[in-house]
Formats: sequence, structure tokens, C-alpha cells
Amino acid sequence: MPQKPKVAFFSFTCCEGCQLAVLSCEDELPEIIKDVNIVNFREAFDQRSEDYEIAFIEGSISRKDEIHKLKKIRAKARVVVALGACSSTGGLNCLKNLYPMEFVKKEVYGKNASRYPRFDTMPVKPVDAFIHVDHYIHGCPIPKKEFLSVFTSLLMGSVPVMANYPVCVDCKMAGNICVFEKGMTCVGPVTRAGCDAICVTYGCVCWGCRGFVDDPNVASHEETLKRYGMAHSEVIRSFNLYGERKMEPKAASMKSKTKCR
Amino acid sequence: MPVKKDLHIRIDELTRVEGHGNVVIDLKKGRINTLNLEIIESPRFFEVMLRGRKYDEAHHIMSRICGICAVSHTSASLKAIEAAMKINISRQATLLRKLAFCAEVIQSHVLHLYFLVFPDFLGEGSIVPIMSAHPEITKRGLMLKRLANEICAKVAGRHIHPISLSPGGVTHTPKPSELKKLKAQLEASFDDLEYTVDLLSKVRVREFTKPREYISLKDRGEYGIYGGVPCTSRKYPLSEKTYAKKLKEYVVPHSAAKHAKSPKGTYMVGALARLNNNWAQLGKRARAVSKRLGLSPVCHNPFHNNTAQLVECFHLTGQAISLIDELLDMGVKKESLKKPKGFGVGFGLVEAPRGTLYHEYAINKDGIVETANCIIPTAQNLRSIEEDLREMVPEILDLPKEEIRKAVESLVRAYDPCISCSTHIMNVRFE
Ligand code: SF4
Ligand code: SF4
Ligand code: SF4
Repeated sequence: MPQKPKVAFFSFTCCEGCQLAVLSCEDELPEIIKDVNIVNFREAFDQRSEDYEIAFIEGSISRKDEIHKLKKIRAKARVVVALGACSSTGGLNCLKNLYPMEFVKKEVYGKNASRYPRFDTMPVKPVDAFIHVDHYIHGCPIPKKEFLSVFTSLLMGSVPVMANYPVCVDCKMAGNICVFEKGMTCVGPVTRAGCDAICVTYGCVCWGCRGFVDDPNVASHEETLKRYGMAHSEVIRSFNLYGERKMEPKAASMKSKTKCR
Repeated sequence: MPVKKDLHIRIDELTRVEGHGNVVIDLKKGRINTLNLEIIESPRFFEVMLRGRKYDEAHHIMSRICGICAVSHTSASLKAIEAAMKINISRQATLLRKLAFCAEVIQSHVLHLYFLVFPDFLGEGSIVPIMSAHPEITKRGLMLKRLANEICAKVAGRHIHPISLSPGGVTHTPKPSELKKLKAQLEASFDDLEYTVDLLSKVRVREFTKPREYISLKDRGEYGIYGGVPCTSRKYPLSEKTYAKKLKEYVVPHSAAKHAKSPKGTYMVGALARLNNNWAQLGKRARAVSKRLGLSPVCHNPFHNNTAQLVECFHLTGQAISLIDELLDMGVKKESLKKPKGFGVGFGLVEAPRGTLYHEYAINKDGIVETANCIIPTAQNLRSIEEDLREMVPEILDLPKEEIRKAVESLVRAYDPCISCSTHIMNVRFE
């Protein structure tokens, strides 16, 4: 019997919700554990090993020591998968980058904050600002379905596919009424699909947690934009919870522009 | 006669308390030189991130503090926003939020018991070997967890970062047929909970007593979880408004999470604190289970926090069923969100799985959050954990080092400092 692949999960600056989403595969978990060797999973498992082939990385990078750890992981793993928004685009953590770091520290830990290395912090960045990432699972949190499909692809040795069309497409499929009809604003037309537009289905708007589609100027949902008389730039500008506000829509490609860089 | 010996223990990466933590113990001739629970997690600065955001984004942002207690953070955040902006939500919205809340607490307690406590007791490193060696245990644990997940999914879209809970109410209502099904599943889940009682009754509870102050919410007419006002087991007045003033947070150099102390010193929050403060309001069945497991108030043994969690699962399952009954009686219907009618400062307090959670926001007339302050359960317990360790370690110095290490780990774990915080993957290094 071929050896079971060794899989490790790592967590940096984040809420650990994406690891929990993995643990929430209650039906699949017993099967997953049969197929692979989980050698590192801080949230639930005891094993810890430095020997693994596939590394799932959750969380953004916000401290110098994290960069070091991250590079070590890259050196060991054959495949690196960014797990969730924090890791793949910097996620909501990037809101911190809108403020000078000294101010941030002082606000939370008081005026002596800079004396303590523990409270050290730097502008938040996604994992691929430091290492090469092979695959991305987007979302805050990741959809369980997408995790399972990437996971299976990797085990089968095939390349996981990532949606590169806007959430509006998912939204239509889900049979939702567009929230622009109700006078609300939504960044679905420029956000990468793959979540079944779950937030619209449950009565809210798309907040853009999955980051931009690869080239939102081209790939955005023209139909929606036209119908509600909106410019790309307008929608892109309202996209500011999961990406930086100072967005320059004219840039040649918006790829990775939702990232904190 | 206390043993006078030297001891150095270092537990690296206790993992997460909102992340990573270490325990460092250094004793010389039986006297403590250093005993620190170091929190080395990268701070995330949510209070700053919230500044300048619109009120209807706040709960969305704050939910991301913690994936495990996402409903708790969302709820505390919404309560603070709604208090600041004078929004009164409907009865239906309250019932639905409470239902999601009960489910989150159950899910969190179940995770803690099955993923962290039982592996220890079964002498396994984690749930993985249990999955193959004890499939029945795994099945029961995962069933309980899945049901809790499903309740959140039906009410709020998902458990991790719930969607429909919004300022002014909820944006989604489950169908009566869905509610009926959940109710039937909840009723059936008592069987799995009873099974859990059998398991837990076999886990030896370490003898250890440390009388201290307990803080929790106290509600009128029911066991305080989603609602109520702060109360303490000591005699001094405490209210929403004075919570952050009386329970002072302070920075300690070895921890990235602040510690907190009350006017009386160290206090504990969480399941055991709630149970001690609100015993009389627990359901009959929950109280019976508690007694069966040797826990009755006032209990000063922090190791019994595990027991208290299971007792709460019984109570909250019962409560979730009554919530569904009430929803079905009144007939769920689509409602629109209530609009803000004012601005100012608002407080939002809930009993998160790990204890009292406090959010406070100042929102200006344009609906922009100007300042925010949060006090997180685990941070409130850090001082208490350290104090317990200081007391316990000298008491057990005659044990082999490995035993001491285990006792230290299980004490920290009993506080459940955020599932993985308490965790399991404690890599212990002796110096
Ligand atoms: S992407 Fe969202 S859910 Fe996942 S770890 Fe980051 S904050 Fe948590
Ligand atoms: S704009 Fe938003 S609500 Fe409208 S179709 Fe796109 S995703 Fe759906
Ligand atoms: S609808 Fe938008 S915000 Fe919601 S999960 Fe999908 S991408 Fe994220």
C-alpha cells in the first residue's frame, strides 16, 4: 500500500475559523483521517511533526517571527495551500493597515506598548507576499465544500480549479433577488464566486470576503452593473472590508490588488 | 510538609488563547521564582480596526475575533450597537438569536469535551486514534457537534461568522418545517448527552479547591446566557456601565492578552462561574446531571468546569427546544430590520461559551463607530489560571515531573481557554 500523504495545518494571525470549518466536516472527517496522515493540527490534534507534504496555511502574517516560520514551512512542504481570506488576501486583518502601527499598539496596549516585543506588529500581509503558494481556498470562512474538493483533488494528484467569475453568477443560480433592487450596495459583481452567494441568500449583501476575481475590469458582472447603472470603479471602491481602500481601478490587472501589499 | 525541590517546566505553544501560549514554571527549593502563562499570539487590534467603520459593519468585523465563538461576538456586538442606537428588536428576532446562541455554546462545549478532555482520559493524544479505536465515541461527539452546526446554519446561514444576525433583527427566518426537524433532533440528542455523562463520570476529577469570586450574567426568569446583567458572587455593585471600570484590564509583559482583576482581586468567568451564580435557574434535568457528576454549588474546583459545561449542554438543549416551541407557536414570518433611532454609547454583554463577553462602542450621529472596547472571557481568566497554578504546583511537587506536567496541562485545559488555546498540542520541554 502506498504511504498515506502527510498533511499539516498551520495557523498564523487569524480567528482560526477556517481550521474550525475543516473540523466541521463532521461526516467526512472519519474518512479523511483514513486517507491521510494529519501530522499537525493545532486546533485539535496532538501529533506534531516536521515531516509533511501538504501544508494548509491559515491566517495572515503580521509579525516578523511569523515570516521565518512560514519560510520553514515552504521549504518542507511540496504543496502549500492558503486556507481562507486571512491567508490568501490578508482578509479583514488588513483594516489595521489603515493606521500607523505605533498608533495601533498604543491604542490597545497603552503608552508603554513599544517596550514589549510581544505586542510587536507590522502591516498585515497575505502569505504569498513571502512565499510561493500553490493553491488558494478563498472565503472568510472557507466554504466546507470548496475545502473538500481541493482536498480530494490534491489526493488524486489533479489540479484544483478555482472559480474565476463573479459572485453574481452564483447569486443568480441561487435564485436570489439582486439587493440593488432593494437599494443596497453589493460587491458581488467583482468578487470571486464559489460560495453560492450565501450571504445574499441569507438576507445580507456580498461583503467581498473572497477577494476580487482575477481581473475585475473585464471579469465583473456586466449585466448587473449595467442594469443598475454602475461603474466598475464605483463597485470596486465600495469593496473595502476585505481589501485596501486606496484601490486604483485603472491598474493593468487587479489581480492580487485586493491583497494587503 | 511541602516538598522543597527545584523544578523547571516549560510548555511551549499551549496553542492559541486567541492563539499561542506557553507555560513557564521555575521553582527553587519549593519556592516559585517564575510561573507565567505566556501569551505569545500575534495581537490583532480589533478595537482599532473598528474605528471609523459604519455601525452596520461592526458585528461583521467583530465576529472575526474568534471562529469558535463567532455567534457570541456577533451577538455582543449587535447588542452594543442596538443599545447605542436605541434599536429595539422584535421578539422573533430575539428568539432566533438566542437559538443560534444556545447552539454555539453547545457546540463549543462538545468540542472541548470530545476533542480535548476525552482524548486525555482515554490515554490518546488526540481525537485521531479515538476515531479508529473508539468509533462510537467519535460518532456521538460528531453528531452533537453537527446538530449544533445545523441549528446555526438554519438560523444564521452558517456557524462560523453567522450571516443573518444584523443590527435591527435578523435577515432570514427558518421555515417551520426546518424548526420542527431541529426540535426532533434536539430531543433525540439527549441520548448522546447521556452517553457523554457516562463517559465524563469515568474521568477522575482532580481534588483542588480555590475559593474565589465568580462573575457571570444574571437574567430574570432564566439562566443567563444571551441576556441579563453582570453579577458577582462577592458583595459589591456591578452593572453594564461599571463593568469595564470595576474589572480592570492591565498589561502584563509576558502576555499578549491583557489580564483583568476585580476590586476583590482574582475572579473567574465561564461555565463553572455561571453555574455557581445561577444554579437555581438551571433546568431540573441539568441539575440532576450535575449532582450525578458530583458538582453542586458553590464549587471551587476549576477542574469541574468540564462538568459544568456538560451540565449546560443539557440545560441549553432544553432551552433551545422551548425557543423553537415559542417560535412555532407565534408562527415565524419575514420581518424587516428595525431602524436606528439615536446614537451614543452602548454596551453589549453575553455569556460566551468561555464566560462573560463585553463589547462597548461609541457611535456618532452619522452612524460611525468612534471608539470600541472589548473584554474577552479568556483574558479575564488568565490571572485565575496563573493563581491556580501557583497554588497547585507546590502542592504536588512530590509527584514525578511528568505527572506535574500533566496536571498543569489539564488545569489550563479545564478553563477551556478557547478550544485550541487550551489545547492539546502542548509540546512540553523540560529545561
Ligand atoms: S479567513 Fe475569516 S474565518 Fe478564516 S481564519 Fe481568517 S478571519 Fe477566520
Ligand atoms: S450584485 Fe450582489 S445581490 Fe446582485 S446579483 Fe450580484 S451578488 Fe447578487
Ligand atoms: S457572498 Fe460575498 S461575502 Fe458572502 S461568502 Fe460569498 S464572497 Fe464572501
